[in-house]
Amino acid sequence: MATKVVMEALSPTMEEGRLVKWLKQEGDAVQDGDVLAEVETDKAVMELPARGEGVLRKVLVPVGATVAVGKLVAVIAAAGEDISSVLAEPGPATSERGAGSGERAAPPVPSRSAAPAPSAPSVPTATAPAAAAGRVKASPLAKRIARERGVDLAVIRGSGPGGRIIKRDLEGAAVVSALPARSALSAPGGFEDVPLTQIRKTIARRLSESLGPVPHFFLTVEIDMERAWEAREALNALGEEPRITLNDIIVKVVAQALMQHPECNAWWQGDSIRYFRDVHLGMAVAVDQGLITPVIRNVNFKGLRQIGVETRDLSERARQRKLKPEEYTGSTFSISNLGMLGIDQFTAVINPPEAGILAVGAVTQVPVAEDGAVAVRRRMRATMSCDHRVIDGATGAKFLQTVKRMLENPLAMVW
Amino acid sequence: MPILTYRDALNQALREEMERDPSVFLMGEEVGVYQGAYKVSRGLLEHFGERRVVDTPIAELGFAGIGVGAAMVGLRPVIEFMTWNFALLAIDEVINSAAKMLYMSGGQLPIPIVFRGPGGAALQLGAQHSQAFEAFYANIPGLKVVAPATPQDAKGLLKSSIRDNNPVVFLEGEMLYNTKGEVPEGEYTIPLGKADLKREGSDVTLICHSKTVAVALKAAETLDQELKVSADVLDLRTIRPMDVDAILASVRKTNRCVVVEEGWPFCGVGAQVVHEIQHAAFDDLDAPVERVTGADVPMPYNKHLERAAKPSPELVIEAVKRVAYLG
Amino acid sequence: MVQPATTTRLDPERLDFYHTLLRQMLLVRRFEEKAGEAYAQGKIGGFCHLYIGQEAVAVGTLAALREDDYVFTSYREHAHALVRGMSARACMAELFGKVTGCSRGKGGSMHLFEAKLGFLGGHGIVGSHIPLAAGAGFAIKYRGTDQVSLCSFGEAAANIGAFHESLNMAALWTLPVIFLCENNRYGMGTALERASAVYHIADRACAHEMDSETVDGMDVLAMYEATARAVERARTGKLPTLIEARTYRYMGHSMADPIHGHYRTKEELEEQKKKDPIAGLRHRLRDDGMLSDATFEAMDKQVHEEVADALAFAEQSPDPDPAELYTDVYRD
Repeated sequence: MATKVVMEALSPTMEEGRLVKWLKQEGDAVQDGDVLAEVETDKAVMELPARGEGVLRKVLVPVGATVAVGKLVAVIAAAGEDISSVLAEPGPATSERGAGSGERAAPPVPSRSAAPAPSAPSVPTATAPAAAAGRVKASPLAKRIARERGVDLAVIRGSGPGGRIIKRDLEGAAVVSALPARSALSAPGGFEDVPLTQIRKTIARRLSESLGPVPHFFLTVEIDMERAWEAREALNALGEEPRITLNDIIVKVVAQALMQHPECNAWWQGDSIRYFRDVHLGMAVAVDQGLITPVIRNVNFKGLRQIGVETRDLSERARQRKLKPEEYTGSTFSISNLGMLGIDQFTAVINPPEAGILAVGAVTQVPVAEDGAVAVRRRMRATMSCDHRVIDGATGAKFLQTVKRMLENPLAMVW
Repeated sequence: MPILTYRDALNQALREEMERDPSVFLMGEEVGVYQGAYKVSRGLLEHFGERRVVDTPIAELGFAGIGVGAAMVGLRPVIEFMTWNFALLAIDEVINSAAKMLYMSGGQLPIPIVFRGPGGAALQLGAQHSQAFEAFYANIPGLKVVAPATPQDAKGLLKSSIRDNNPVVFLEGEMLYNTKGEVPEGEYTIPLGKADLKREGSDVTLICHSKTVAVALKAAETLDQELKVSADVLDLRTIRPMDVDAILASVRKTNRCVVVEEGWPFCGVGAQVVHEIQHAAFDDLDAPVERVTGADVPMPYNKHLERAAKPSPELVIEAVKRVAYLG
Repeated sequence: MVQPATTTRLDPERLDFYHTLLRQMLLVRRFEEKAGEAYAQGKIGGFCHLYIGQEAVAVGTLAALREDDYVFTSYREHAHALVRGMSARACMAELFGKVTGCSRGKGGSMHLFEAKLGFLGGHGIVGSHIPLAAGAGFAIKYRGTDQVSLCSFGEAAANIGAFHESLNMAALWTLPVIFLCENNRYGMGTALERASAVYHIADRACAHEMDSETVDGMDVLAMYEATARAVERARTGKLPTLIEARTYRYMGHSMADPIHGHYRTKEELEEQKKKDPIAGLRHRLRDDGMLSDATFEAMDKQVHEEVADALAFAEQSPDPDPAELYTDVYRD
């Protein structure tokens, strides 16, 4: 029985893949699960596994070629088997998607990492590292847990025999696909869906009509960073690894502020707003040819050092295109920092379905008036973009005030 | 609490029930003058006399039938089979007469009889003397099947079996007779149809009965010490009626299960346990249920082959690793 | 040696008793005839083993028992049930599988029971009930009463293990059991000569040091007297007896079995019918002036009516409720 090797959708938003390397050659023996090739997707370099066993009889795509998802790239069969009929068929559609979303991807989905253009809410297709030609293997318990938590099995890698997804594979598994209706955080805090009130519906409708799909508005604040700077120096002087950066502090402050202003830690869902109890921050990272937003989970529970370690690890792997789908999806709020590129101030575009994003500029020494005299202090400008359907001006402003206060008085983080 | 052997616990049960109810009598080969082939009935002849402790010729079918006939007219016989291997000769009376009489007669004739004796293997007794037949009898509607593992359970369950108004197949074990355990003083019975959690844990359920309870407990200890896996050890105690609620409660807690039994695998007791679990706790299973059973062969004589043919803690641990996906 | 009836003259004082015996044999005969008919019409299913020709055995032996004695028999049992006192209605309804049957429709032809009358079945495995009867004998002795346990079985059962084990223990422990072997010469399709090394069943008793008698099973009075002797031995001495009744069945082994041709000839059958037990008693009574033809006819007519009534009752009775599938598997 011949096995068709097709270009698989290896990320939620992938539409085509570039074949970077063949690890098996025509004539090689192949077992189920062997890595056949490396494929570059829109996000990372992924492995293409064999889903059958036998001999790699035919390789159809050369190194360097870009192939649409679903197209036939190779055939595995028994040594003497006639595969002419297989080669003659058009490539199968990848519409069989185990536990994935029932619909095919709608019109082109700009990836979530594509800033600054406003992006439509994405309708991702479920991807399937575990789905062999459409069927997800999972223990009954794993299926139940996934169902209860709204986790999409199709994107979970199974560690059981034959790729079976088992309970431990779901431990810590959180939101995977970005489709709001289907995904949910499995984080300790959970979430609560609040149906829209009449006033919210009216605001949403009128603002969308005037400003496009996500009605942005922007709030800027200037923050005195002297104390934050001192705090960083003092912590790093303790001599322990890793050394933390200002960005780590900003990340933690934003998380703590969101805990105090949960109205900003939310998703727009069309007919309701999802308010999260825990904070998962997306950190915009510039990578070759684009931008990606790895997610640090449960920032509200993590200390500065751990934040630092994770930020560095995620950024590094993002640049190497080695992130797993569950590592760049599921944030409740995002931060974009262009300070290291010398930008004083900018407005970032919200990653839907999130309700807000904070754009952070450089820390510069500027003259300021203080007690009637001129002093030179380190200052930083932060601009918050808000989805007006979820966050009003006053709400966003209060959040920003808290951010400012915490950065200007670092101990306020734990007040 | 006093410590008794399993054998002496049974002896006490017989003694107490024969004192309590004059219609209870004991019949079987060597039960009287010989004091019992395995000494379970030691002292009973002297205490109760020949009328109530009856030595029989070697005629299993005959005296099993005599027991059923006596039960039909109102006595409460305890029929001892020297081993359950020989009881195959009597199986026509156990099944065609005892099990079916109440039903065939439209409810007129209950058969309050206990058939008891040692079942399963001992040491190097060979193919014809090592058979665990609980599945044979558990298959029959109309019979109850009991297999206690400890002295405390043995006494309490034998008393209940004697008082039960239905034919009870009571499976002891030659290898169990010498084991010791605490037995409460004073009057107590243990109800049929209730399993017993012999050890509590949360990572895996081990379901066992009779001789495999010790095997499972040993495996559980090692699993805890070396692999930090904690096991529920559920002793079925009664095979039919089976305590399905207890089985399900444990499996719903641990999400994975290994059944340990001495009998053969094909259509064995474990097969029934697995059915109950997959049927009612399907969504609670993280792995297929594993069974550790006697090897699917007649029992060999050689010591090492015999050991390999029996369930062991090592085999249980391997099975637990499979259901817990531990390397 | 075959014992004939020792009664050379019938005793006029016992006229009612003789009439009762005759009537019972007629009842059995007419009942069995109608049961055979009903089976052929598909109203009775499964197995149906008819007793026609053997009436003298059941009637004669049971006449010697008390109400508190126990009776065990095989599957050829309609006669024993009726004679023991079961109503023709309860018996026929059970054959029809109706809930009004003695076993609530769950036993059928082979499993008739009436515990209150000491009629303890009704057993389908050849010889399997012989130990049961010995067990009842054991219980009688255990309790110290003077009851008797009677076990009726065919001659083919005398070759099975349970027979020998039971006789041994009954003799060894001196149990008050009467082992009644109804030797109708054929074990299903196998003639006795082809199944047994020992032709005279009663001779097997000596293997167990047990008393025995061989009796003309077509003579109801001979059966009665032999049983009465065995009953006396059992009640007073707690001694078992093996009685061999030489009898003959006119029908096949069961309704599924041919009447003649395969294993016995039509001539043999016709010859045996000349010794018909009902005709035998009837003629004796008539010859001694104890039974007129008119009385006999009235008796037969009344029996016919009783059987017709039983048939109608059986036909009109309901089936058991489907829920009864699961009742009486266990007793609480």
